[in-house]
Amino acid sequence: MVAVQETVERVRRIDVDQYRYGFETQIESDKAPKGLSEDTVRFISAKKNEPAWMLEWRLEAYRRWLTMTEPTWARVDYPKIDYQDIYYYAAPKPKKTLSSIDEIDPEILKTYEKLGIPLREVAILEGVEPPPGGEQTPNRKIAVDAVFDSVSVATTFQKELKAAGVIFMPISEAIREHPDLVQKYLGTVVPTSDNYFATLNSAVFSDGSFVYVPPGVRCPMELSTYFRINERNTGQLERTLIIADKGSYVSYLEGCTAPQRDENQLHAAVVELVTLDDAEIKYSTVQNWYPGNSEGKGGIYNFVTKRGDCRGKNSKISWTQVETGSAITWKYPSCILRGDNSSGEFYSIAISNGFQQVDSGTKMIHLGKNTSSWIISKGIAAGKSQNTYRGLVSAHRKATGARNYTACDSLLIGDKCGAHTVPYVEAKNSSATFEHEATTSKISEDVLFYCLQRGLSEQQAIGLVVNGFAKDVLQKLPMEFAAEAQKLISISLEGSVG
Amino acid sequence: MTLLEIQDLHVGVDSREIIRGLDLMVNAGEVHAIMGPNGSGKSTLSHVIAGKPGYEVTGGQILFRGEDLLEMEPNERAAKGVFLAFQYPVEIPGVTAMNFLRTALNAQRKARGRGELSTPEFLKKIREVAGSLNITRDMLKRGVNVGFSGGEKKRNEVLQMALFEPSLCILDEIDSGLDIDALRIVASGINGLRSPERAMIVITHYQRLLHYIVPDYVHVMSKGRVVKSGGKELALELEACGYAQFETAA
Repeated sequence: MVAVQETVERVRRIDVDQYRYGFETQIESDKAPKGLSEDTVRFISAKKNEPAWMLEWRLEAYRRWLTMTEPTWARVDYPKIDYQDIYYYAAPKPKKTLSSIDEIDPEILKTYEKLGIPLREVAILEGVEPPPGGEQTPNRKIAVDAVFDSVSVATTFQKELKAAGVIFMPISEAIREHPDLVQKYLGTVVPTSDNYFATLNSAVFSDGSFVYVPPGVRCPMELSTYFRINERNTGQLERTLIIADKGSYVSYLEGCTAPQRDENQLHAAVVELVTLDDAEIKYSTVQNWYPGNSEGKGGIYNFVTKRGDCRGKNSKISWTQVETGSAITWKYPSCILRGDNSSGEFYSIAISNGFQQVDSGTKMIHLGKNTSSWIISKGIAAGKSQNTYRGLVSAHRKATGARNYTACDSLLIGDKCGAHTVPYVEAKNSSATFEHEATTSKISEDVLFYCLQRGLSEQQAIGLVVNGFAKDVLQKLPMEFAAEAQKLISISLEGSVG
Repeated sequence: MTLLEIQDLHVGVDSREIIRGLDLMVNAGEVHAIMGPNGSGKSTLSHVIAGKPGYEVTGGQILFRGEDLLEMEPNERAAKGVFLAFQYPVEIPGVTAMNFLRTALNAQRKARGRGELSTPEFLKKIREVAGSLNITRDMLKRGVNVGFSGGEKKRNEVLQMALFEPSLCILDEIDSGLDIDALRIVASGINGLRSPERAMIVITHYQRLLHYIVPDYVHVMSKGRVVKSGGKELALELEACGYAQFETAA
């Protein structure tokens, strides 16, 4: 794990309290009027040149949202959000219509360069260390869709994907160019009425990614979306829809960062995944929104609804997440195991430090026969943070032979943080087999002293121990992300002891 | 050359005094055995030299090559060449022994102003030392000490000692939990590391270990002090008569 070494070097160079991605990009932007109203919804829809059915869909969601109340059951505590004090749409002002990536505002390109995300197709990611036993594929390509505030600014490798029949484009474009597909699937996994934040998203979502993989196609490269909130007082409400048609496969990565600001910013995304017969989607997230400063000021409110529907038989959806950012995380990537023999996986590392509050987990809803699910959750709490795993595993009456294995491990660093595990289990079919294991441990002084006696610094020691603790999940990440995630883990825990 | 100099050391834990005025002088090339009954302060002494938190030094000083050791962080002491072989080595799940050793070795090399070892250099070095201690590659691929037997854990401690090339080795009850075969392997590993530049402090209850690692000096500790010092024959005397004669002396 050479990464740990580099991490520590990097950590040494940055001050406590400094978030690597906390810079702001100076560009002009085009915003919707502040606040939420039917006019805001119409404004966004008009900006995107949406067809009438889409506007209707949004308005219906907006009217529904007015009747709903914010959920309070999560173990998180934050001041009341004034939804009228937020901009729901902000777009970098284009100088003219873009026809190629070279015409993107160089400031935006620079932003992505700073984040280490190549938007130019010549920039092919170097393969990092392959996972043990894994084969190394030289020059692997990743197609990137970059979302800056409310709009997608670039999508790379379009031509190559098109040749394979894969559609990967901003959802705003898909609504115009592939209305049949969008209409068929949008809101079928997370209905507009699903929950407060998802309904809000349905009304005013501005952009996001759309992926369709046709039958029998194995997507020739990793697809990736990077989300960046730049504007002040802006909510980012993106919407992602991924459909893997029969017998297809796609691996999708998502990364998020935001500037450092004193006020809290809202991120309320919805992600819907659909797998038809024998299809598989692997969805990985490295979430590193600004977590707030060491006194708990600022940071992103991350209220996200992610759900996958294994609609076809033998289909599979796998969620892998590394969550290190956000002041508040409210997020439960879930799987509906509808097709017979379908399977769902949830691998999660959730790290909280400072005053961060995390309430995250998954729901595995077994509907079909012989469906199976795995949940491996690693919660790491440091500083004065609170870290809760909340999960539901349920087997419905017809889910004969449903199987689940859940392992929730929590690691505490210091004595001012908290880790909580709230598992819900429901079995309405007597043949269901559910296993649940949970552990809570502390990085003991003995372990720290042992590492220090061998010459490691405290930071190195914690990085090593935590990466070891989270290893099972780190190994599930695509290799391009694994090294970055390891570094992120160590950086997130900087100054966590003492 | 004097490596370690302890003068009138007083150490307490939770306002209870454990070490009560201890003096010890260790020169390069020497092997000192510290013997004594349970609770005499032997392990505390080893922890304080290595810098384990939780102890309060209320008096005296510890100099290492003339520098004040008590002012240094544990990892700085390690980089200066102080090595403690633990009585109970900890387990670190998910971190392979190989990765741990490499990270630690490079941290020490860096602190000593030497360059980091490349992967092939490191592998070559680890193969050299692992072979003589009967440590398999499989053990190095497992989590640090995870699922290791008592003997394997102690062999792993000696492996690290060989790898880090410290100038002062403190062996805290390295013989505890070892059967006779494991003891032989561990002892021969340690003997192989004796050199004119390196000193060792061997802490043990039993004379048995000192058949295999023959010390130059033996010190008897009781109630936080060295109550008697002598040559290796002192250990034999202890074996014959027990610690009781010294208990009263303290």
